[in-house]
Amino acid sequence: MSFFLEVLIGGLLAGVMYSMVAIGFVLIYKASGVFNFAQGAMVLFAALTFVSITERGVPFALALVITLAAMFALAIAVERAVLRPLVNAPPLSLFLATLGLAYVLEGLAQTVWGTQVHGLDLGISDAPIGAGAVSVSRFDLFAAATAASLVGGLGALFRWTRAGVALRAVADDPLAAIAVGIDLRRLWAIVWGAAGVVALVAGLLWGARVGVQFSLSLVVLKALPVLIIGGFSSIAGAIAGGLVVGASEKLAEVYVGPLVNGGIETWFPYVLALGFLLVKPAGLFGERSIERV
Amino acid sequence: MLRSRVFALAPWLIAALCTSSCRSHSDSAPTEGPASAAAAGSAAPGANDPGGKEQYFPLQSYRVGPYAAGGSGFFGGFIDYMQLVNTRDGGVNGIKLTWSECETEYVVERGVECYERLKGGLNGAPAAAMNPLSVGIAYALIDRATTDKIPLITINHGRTDSTDGRVFPYVFPLSLNPYSEISAIVNYVGQREGGLDHLKGKKIAVLYHGSPYGKETQPIVELLAKKYGFASTHIEVPHPGTEQESQWLQIKKLAPDYIILRGWGIMNPVALKTAAKIGYPVDHIIGNIWSNSEEDVIPAGAAATGYIAITTHPSGRDFPVLQDVDKYVVSQGKGNMEDAKRVGTGYYNLGINNGILNVEAVRVAQGKFGAKPLTGEQVRWGFEHIHIDDARLKELGAVGLLQPISLSCADHEGGGAVRFERWDGKKFNVISDWIKADRALLRPIIEESSTKYAAEKRITIRDCDGEAKL
Repeated sequence: MSFFLEVLIGGLLAGVMYSMVAIGFVLIYKASGVFNFAQGAMVLFAALTFVSITERGVPFALALVITLAAMFALAIAVERAVLRPLVNAPPLSLFLATLGLAYVLEGLAQTVWGTQVHGLDLGISDAPIGAGAVSVSRFDLFAAATAASLVGGLGALFRWTRAGVALRAVADDPLAAIAVGIDLRRLWAIVWGAAGVVALVAGLLWGARVGVQFSLSLVVLKALPVLIIGGFSSIAGAIAGGLVVGASEKLAEVYVGPLVNGGIETWFPYVLALGFLLVKPAGLFGERSIERV
Repeated sequence: MLRSRVFALAPWLIAALCTSSCRSHSDSAPTEGPASAAAAGSAAPGANDPGGKEQYFPLQSYRVGPYAAGGSGFFGGFIDYMQLVNTRDGGVNGIKLTWSECETEYVVERGVECYERLKGGLNGAPAAAMNPLSVGIAYALIDRATTDKIPLITINHGRTDSTDGRVFPYVFPLSLNPYSEISAIVNYVGQREGGLDHLKGKKIAVLYHGSPYGKETQPIVELLAKKYGFASTHIEVPHPGTEQESQWLQIKKLAPDYIILRGWGIMNPVALKTAAKIGYPVDHIIGNIWSNSEEDVIPAGAAATGYIAITTHPSGRDFPVLQDVDKYVVSQGKGNMEDAKRVGTGYYNLGINNGILNVEAVRVAQGKFGAKPLTGEQVRWGFEHIHIDDARLKELGAVGLLQPISLSCADHEGGGAVRFERWDGKKFNVISDWIKADRALLRPIIEESSTKYAAEKRITIRDCDGEAKL
């Protein structure tokens, strides 16, 4: 039983790490209805920028500020160069634009900072903390606390700030929001900036876990089933989806994997997501779209 | 599919973005970075003036993408060695070496495209050999290279049964094939336990990359387990290996005495970090030949200290050949590495070793066919007659860096020995002499597999004895 609990808890905490990436997708989807394929590249770009700056002797806090500034500058550049020319374009065009953006960002990050692999030490031990027969990593607990803080912060942003209220208005009805004078372009820059902040936080946590290298951009592979299960437009859904994916894939790998030669956790979340699409297409927390035809 | 297609366009996009600022590939410009790789993607010419006195090495390199760190190190070392031969020796018996790069991004279809683009030579200089440094690309090229009669070099990797040159006349898993790797590791573990007979009752788990490369060694592990009486378990880590919690929890439950890590790329540091997370002792994890670079341990931080891995190409700059590279190439501003600190790291030194063996093949072949640019078929003969003993290693300045190696028509591996090194938190330190695989045990299994392959492909098995008499 203790082994089962250890697998389950490990899975839930791994799921939190997936949620960190998924939240970035949700932010942009809520504001513009676009699935931002470049979120993984943003994670890589943010982490690589941060670690490269710190390796040049810049203090941690200052490097964090510089990287945040870089992510906001990137957000403004994306709004100007990619999104603005595509206003009123079909969602598929915007999606493809983010796909192209992903490759530009990956190439740009490696061109500026090089292809070398970097270590990142946030000063938080990954050593296990025992709780009876079950042990949990300090780092995983820190990541969970960070995710909770991030969700709380974003929730406050959406609920109590003018920009947040405007974002909710845009998410509900973009045309009506524009009609009452909301500046869509400014909002897009804000939301891409917020997604950049989420990318930085995710990049630091994932970078500390796996190293800062190109493969960071691949962590988005797990975000898609998280979003399908949790719902594309809900931050709480991203967390719930992450927990479901993390726990189920670990349990499946440990208890079902050996029966089929292992290695099933890559595709298992997608099978689970497919099941959700059949039963609950909008996901656990997503908004059902109702269209008049 | 869409992603891979768009990805394929990335270097061109990058090249377009930095047209004015990126350095193009030449003999004196560092080309480690992705931007320059993009520029090199158009098969820019190599170091020397075209003419009838050059031998060409087509390079299917990868300097962008998830494996760029390995590709830039390996091809950087390979190029720097060729540059050394040109600068210090004036080429091989007066024949200058030339090369060009084509970016594969470690993608099989691009690797094949690059092969087709480069195989015809460069400005009249014939192609000596192909060195894609990719299992997937190498598998895709076996038939083509054989038809085109161009040696396909898969140093330290590739199909184990391609060791049998009677069936795979143009494929060379130089230095170490996957079976030899496992055999040498088991021999080392046996040494640590006080003898191979002490392995009885022990548990050894293999944590492997979920790919044909990762699975390649399962038969030999089973054979050795049966022979020495240890229990073996195979645990797959799905690509790319960024999450290994469930695998390591299985390991925690299994409690093996040793773990053989057959990783690649990001899987390696994640394995070491997750091992620390569950409390598995790092010095009981033995890394294979693709889990032994600085790039594999640095991201793992303190969790990697004490980690042991095999190598055929120890890190370091103390070897005379590395000192010559520094003197004649790097310090002259002709080095290929953008970051000169990477000279002497694992991947770089593997590139140096690969350069030594490729150039030695040309040199040996020139002894038979004359000091002139050679065809792939002639260079193949050179590979099959490489004989590097201790005396030759000393001449090459590679004692300790490269193992003594002798190839033949039937044996395209030639080495089969490894050294073990331990990571001390800052650098790898060699902790053993060359430990040999049990090649006599392995040969019948290799021949069984290659004979089966020959039957499937309707390949006529070469008569090596008969060829030797010609």
